[in-house]
Amino acid sequence: MSLSLQIEDLSLSRGGRRLFQGLSLDLGPGQACALTGANGSGKTSLLRAVAGLVAPDSGRIGFGGADPAAARASGLHLLGHLDGLKPSRTAGEELDFWAGWQGGAPIALGAAVDRLDLRRLLDLEVRRLSAGQRRRLALARLLAAPRPLWLLDEPLSPLDAHWRGEVLEIMAAHLSTGGLVLAAVHDPLPVAALSLEIRP
Amino acid sequence: MSAAFRLLRREMAIAWGRGGGLLVTGGFFAGATLLLPLASGPEPERLAQIAPGAAWTVLALSALLGLERLFERDFEDGALDLMAHAGLPLEFTCALKCLGHWLATGAPLAFLAPVAAIALGASPALAPLLFACALAGGLAFAFTGGIGAALSLGARRGGLLTAVIVLPLFVPPVIFGGGALDAFTSGLPWRAGFALLCAYAAAAVALGPLAMAAACRNALS
Repeated sequence: MSLSLQIEDLSLSRGGRRLFQGLSLDLGPGQACALTGANGSGKTSLLRAVAGLVAPDSGRIGFGGADPAAARASGLHLLGHLDGLKPSRTAGEELDFWAGWQGGAPIALGAAVDRLDLRRLLDLEVRRLSAGQRRRLALARLLAAPRPLWLLDEPLSPLDAHWRGEVLEIMAAHLSTGGLVLAAVHDPLPVAALSLEIRP
Repeated sequence: MSAAFRLLRREMAIAWGRGGGLLVTGGFFAGATLLLPLASGPEPERLAQIAPGAAWTVLALSALLGLERLFERDFEDGALDLMAHAGLPLEFTCALKCLGHWLATGAPLAFLAPVAAIALGASPALAPLLFACALAGGLAFAFTGGIGAALSLGARRGGLLTAVIVLPLFVPPVIFGGGALDAFTSGLPWRAGFALLCAYAAAAVALGPLAMAAACRNALS
């Protein structure tokens, strides 16, 4: 599935406060954009707006002519601050559920587990995992159910130096196959050709 | 395995996990039922007279337990975000979550209700009707309760708010079910009350998810 992302003249308010206005971005296959800006500038809200969870005040979000609802349902992954994992369930159960929920195939699930070195963690309850391990578990969803557009909110923050490098490699591989990455970050993202600073 | 079946299985596993769901709900049901003879006196005739209604009312109150967590946990840990932009319509997802809640806690209570009523002195002949009322009523409680749970998402003391929102919605099924049980005990026609209870449950199953999904979307935005 090929997808592109067009954001045109977007304005967004939260809690009565205007976060940004007139924001535009055109992201094609194989491109990544790093969203930067101060805390509370609206990076997360922009990602949520692209995912269809937040309605913008004005402007348009398009997916290269595809039906927005269909594109959101089967064409994008959202990896937010929260990982959507239940502490009382095992890592394997959670990964299996989310991979299936998002339409992943068992072979892709196995490859994702190996790529993120999760196999020895699968029988552990999520509550036993460290923040970095939980992050890797959440990132495995992206590989277990391949989708072109990745919306990532601080994807590297809880990871150690080794896994930051690994995840950047995973992003680069995704881009090389025509994928798109829109990531909210505080530090520069090496794989991102584009950068967009969000200001009021 | 379909996404819908996966979600249903997950909901039940979470509800049953670590003795949550049924142990708490069943324990509350049994405890509240046992309190009744202590409050109203142990005379068998008196207990037998109020047993069906008491079991039915306690069942309704037991259904409130766990409702708070129906959407709150998914809202807090980000799972609701992922569910909201999935291929499955959010309305259907909400319906599945309520169905899972009912299967994990409501349906088992339907087995406990006749036992409790008979233990209090109700006629064993009442057991099948009480079981059927508890099944249909449990569905109504789960799907109307889900509306309150979704509306109270993100609120402080959401459990209390859920109860305040939901209790008025519990009034019709409590009246219909209680009426059917009372009529049966008195030897009067009871089918009308039971039919109304089933109709209310069907309406709750059909319309409740629409309200839940709208409330969830509002909370997520």
